[in-house]
Amino acid sequence: MALEMYLDLFSQPCRSVYIFAKKNNIPFDYKKISLFEGYQYSEEFGKINLLRKAPAIKDGDFCLAESVAIMMYLAEKFHTADHWYPADLQKRARVNEYLSWQHSAIRIHGSKMLWFKLLIPKALGTEVPKEKMDNAVEDFNTSLNLFEEKFLQDKAFIVGDQISLADLVAIVEIMQPVGAGMDVFEDRPKLKAWKDRVRAEIGAELFDEAHQGILHCQEAVKTMDPKVLEHFKPKILRYFLS
Amino acid sequence: MPLELYLDLHSQPCRSVLLFAKINKIPFEYKAVDLSTGEQYGEEFGKVSIIRKVPVLKDGSFILTESIAILQYLAAKHRTPDHWYPADLERRARVDEFLSWQHTNIRAHGSKVFWFRDVIPAVTGSQVPKEKMDAAVEELNASLKIFEDKFLQSRPFVIGDKISLADLVAIVEIMQPVGTGLDVFQGRPALSAWRDRVKKEIGVEIFDEAHKTIMNVNALAQTFESKGIPEFLKLKLQKMFN
Repeated sequence: MALEMYLDLFSQPCRSVYIFAKKNNIPFDYKKISLFEGYQYSEEFGKINLLRKAPAIKDGDFCLAESVAIMMYLAEKFHTADHWYPADLQKRARVNEYLSWQHSAIRIHGSKMLWFKLLIPKALGTEVPKEKMDNAVEDFNTSLNLFEEKFLQDKAFIVGDQISLADLVAIVEIMQPVGAGMDVFEDRPKLKAWKDRVRAEIGAELFDEAHQGILHCQEAVKTMDPKVLEHFKPKILRYFLS
Repeated sequence: MPLELYLDLHSQPCRSVLLFAKINKIPFEYKAVDLSTGEQYGEEFGKVSIIRKVPVLKDGSFILTESIAILQYLAAKHRTPDHWYPADLERRARVDEFLSWQHTNIRAHGSKVFWFRDVIPAVTGSQVPKEKMDAAVEELNASLKIFEDKFLQSRPFVIGDKISLADLVAIVEIMQPVGTGLDVFQGRPALSAWRDRVKKEIGVEIFDEAHKTIMNVNALAQTFESKGIPEFLKLKLQKMFN
């Protein structure tokens, strides 16, 4: 039985899993799902992932959620090249360190950019209050500063000379606010150079293919019926109550 | 040079690292960091980690942040018993899945309840608005439900018969709101039974010792009264309520 991967490429963690599998020629059955349309709430998907999030994989009888766990599983099972998730104790620790830190830093603040700039205005018909927006942008910039100062420094990639899961996860998250219309790389030449290296290592065609959806997000949201986002109302309210 | 662990036991991830080292008799030098005085923002600590968070591990010249990465590093380096972080592909994936999910769920929501019930009143002298508090507790309850329904189910421990890093990380996070007087175990018999099993596996004495700080709820208010409120905390609180 084939490996099934349930993915929506608007989602950053879906992109990293997609790119990783394709780059490493891991055969899979691509189950394209739409989070906007609420597929994650279906009974069918609940059987795959009770967390009701994407990405999720089904390998035979084994179901697994969480992109970081999925990529570690695939790296191990398909014996991908060492640099993705090095066997060396300290190098692996550096990858693990980034993969842990990013959840509550770049991921959370980058995600907010898409919601604040595009989805919330569409859903509620009003802009996000200036102070909230400014704080969110500041948080995102602080994360990027830390990324450059602590994780990247003067290296080619996060762990050193070669790309790893850390760079892959970082790039898909950083591309999210780009999709929201933010020019993240302006005034950040080091970050831009890293991004170009990562895109080249992944392969420009694969990288661009995976990011096509998010990079056309602004247009997609413009023509979207606000009612589509109804089921996100609780999530939107939480952004304002938190 | 011995292993150094920079810890403040108010912090959940510091407790999991401390407990793991103690259970596995990993020798280390305890370097206390006082978060309540803002020590993490000082020049000294900045030389250890510019992320300015705890825990931090210093193994010779190798410095590592992020408890998940630290636990994985210690497990590999000291060849701790397999059940903590199993070599088996699917069992390891289950641990990784929980360790990934917990960051923005149990950890985030448990932390928030701790801040709302304990830290903020200690600093400001007043309670958090009811609407915000109720929303925070509701989110925590939702996370606990997912923990029980998806991660624990009817198993003794998260991945089955034996304790792993998943249970260790889960228990220290769940104890955070408990420290503020919110008994999340009340009305949750399965969770209580799991807690008792985990405590027993860890060792009741070292578990209680590690949690002494967080269970002493009133101490923070007294600390701020005698030492004053550090600047970083005032700024953080301002941002929280925008």
